[in-house]
Amino acid sequence: MTALTDPPKESFRLSMLIYDTRYRSMTIQVVALMGFMLLFAWIISNTLQNLSALGKPVDFGFLFEPAGYDINQRLIEYNSQDTHLRAAFVGLLNTLLVAALGCALATILGVIIGVLRLSHNWIVARLMTVYIEAFRNVPVLLWIVLVMAIMIETMPAPREFRGENPTASMLFGDSVAITNRGVYIPEPLFSRSLGDISVFGAFDISLDLIAFLVALFGGIYASKLVKRRADRIQAATGERPTTWHIRLGLVVIPPVAVLIALGFYLGYPELKGFNFKGGIHMRNSLIALWLALSLYTAAFIAEAVRAGILAISKGQTEAAYALGLSRSQTMNLVILPQAARVIIPPLISQYLNLTKNSSLAIAVGYMDITGTLGGITMNQTGRELESILLLMAIYLSISLSISAVMNWYNKRVKLVER
Amino acid sequence: MKKTVFLGALAVTGLAAGAAAAGTLDDVKARGKLNCGVTTGLAGFAAPDANGVWEGFDVGVCRAVAAAIFGDPTAVEFIPTTGKTRFTALASGEVDMLARNTTWTFTRDVDLKFEFVGINYYDGQGFMVPKSLGVSSAKELDGATVCIQTGTTTELNLADFFRSNNMSYEPVPIETNAEAQQQFLAGACDVYTTDASGLAATRATFENPGDYVILPEIISKEPLGPLVRHGDNAWGDLVRWTLNALIAAEELGITSANIDELRKGTNNPEINRILGTEGNLGEMLGLSADWAYNAIKAGGNYGELFEKNIGENTPIGLQRGLNAQWKDGGLIYAPPFR
Repeated sequence: MTALTDPPKESFRLSMLIYDTRYRSMTIQVVALMGFMLLFAWIISNTLQNLSALGKPVDFGFLFEPAGYDINQRLIEYNSQDTHLRAAFVGLLNTLLVAALGCALATILGVIIGVLRLSHNWIVARLMTVYIEAFRNVPVLLWIVLVMAIMIETMPAPREFRGENPTASMLFGDSVAITNRGVYIPEPLFSRSLGDISVFGAFDISLDLIAFLVALFGGIYASKLVKRRADRIQAATGERPTTWHIRLGLVVIPPVAVLIALGFYLGYPELKGFNFKGGIHMRNSLIALWLALSLYTAAFIAEAVRAGILAISKGQTEAAYALGLSRSQTMNLVILPQAARVIIPPLISQYLNLTKNSSLAIAVGYMDITGTLGGITMNQTGRELESILLLMAIYLSISLSISAVMNWYNKRVKLVER
Repeated sequence: MKKTVFLGALAVTGLAAGAAAAGTLDDVKARGKLNCGVTTGLAGFAAPDANGVWEGFDVGVCRAVAAAIFGDPTAVEFIPTTGKTRFTALASGEVDMLARNTTWTFTRDVDLKFEFVGINYYDGQGFMVPKSLGVSSAKELDGATVCIQTGTTTELNLADFFRSNNMSYEPVPIETNAEAQQQFLAGACDVYTTDASGLAATRATFENPGDYVILPEIISKEPLGPLVRHGDNAWGDLVRWTLNALIAAEELGITSANIDELRKGTNNPEINRILGTEGNLGEMLGLSADWAYNAIKAGGNYGELFEKNIGENTPIGLQRGLNAQWKDGGLIYAPPFR
């Protein structure tokens, strides 16, 4: 006769936390975590203590005092009597502007250069190699300063456009002026403007811009619908209806109609007094920062693109050729869409790098968030710790937002595996 | 093992924090040299010469303080700071004192927790423009592009000046004087604005100084002086009275030439007290009796420093003006040594 007995129930003893391998790793981790938190708490309390010993307790009240300084490039209304907080916001918008412009240009350049580096034309491929190596291996700060120095030293000053026989003249039928203070380009103006709407009473957004964008994206969406319909017809009957004229019309006509309805015209820059007036003034500092960051980051993106293309097996290219696709069709329809899956993750980190590198703006006096909050505001108020903490939080949230968006996009284009 | 290292690090940090709280003078003596914050280079005030030796009017103050402590005017480490980095450098203890064209203002004194020990140059903000611009007054500058050193009081004065005169302008923020010079000479800005003394010093280094004019308007009061951190009054006293010794020396006719003569004894008790042959002023400061003798001997008295570095016979060519002794109609005045 056998009696089934339960295995003896082990009671839990404290010593098991150390001697029992099942629990030991957890014990070590908890202790390590507590130690780490203690260290962290000590650093914080030490900082606070020393600051109050210095008579400078942590206080963010300075953000609501008048800033007192002017900012040259402002995307929203700002004057020297506004608060430090608003000055920081102006700086933040400038950071986002240069980051967006930079990411766009860097992507375009990077893809072109990366593809050209794999070109069968020996000279083109070598030239691109030289470009990539030159830009990748020199600190971006030097490129920024170099572009700025070239702008300042070689472009004509506004006063050279003046007089009977000016030594410099405007380009494109007097519409663009390139000076050593920046580039003046025509600006879009509306004679029947819809005006602005105020957002939270903090800043204004032009309704004209919104109307234009709505028309543009509406057109693009309609054009997509037409394409889907064409796809369906092709799948059903094997014949694809000609749709390019309809699609082109859908994309172009609504925005143009909106522009005409609003009374669109261009405002040209004109030399008045000391400077050009009117038009959009793209300052030296913006151009230097934008170009240098884009050219620098494009070199890294080009390498990512090249890696992505090389990751696609040769058989894909051969199969595409066998189907009778041309070289450019092969690249655009077969290789690049597949390569995108490899390219996007490194691309995300390049976008993040570009955004963070934009804090080098101070080298050329571009008033980004580092220049306003982390520069003048910090210096005028003496709130170093608060300013730097805020600055870090802001960069962190910008970077995390970019990663979030790009990761979402990455998920969308990822190979769906079965 | 790890724990020991950690505790060791804690102990070291604790000690360092403790040391920072002790007297600045003890720190300086222990280090064997004075850390003095100066500009990144402004001719006449603080700039390295061809051999890399710092010289200038502000540098003279640093050297005088070093001489008062060590008897050696070369026992100074000059730490170049920009308008933006100077206060952090001083507040964090990276430098013991700043002698760097810094304007004495309420907020810097009270809110930033610094102690201005005196005024060594009475200045005001001015504008410099190329002669070819044909501008004769700052009121004609509506719409101009203005180069400005960022993180300075001039930045705020400029905003106020244009606002109160209902004029617009385009600020071009710049980190150092050298960059401003480059942009101004290339015509990337119409106007360069900073303290009038700084404008004169900058203009002196131009290839054709005559092509540029300094506009007559002085739009602000800029009393410039050396400063130290709040909280160490003994150290503040030392720097303050070293500066006062230089000023009093000029008033009393003590120069680097006749100081050895005067030290043998005079019948003016104040001179004797300054030079340490009477009384124990040096001891009260925690220094030797010949502290002021060394300080004055280092670069001469206030007037000598002025004439040698920025006076009318130098390329910078500044007149004494407000910076003359009070008995000559200026504002420079030292309290009595008693």
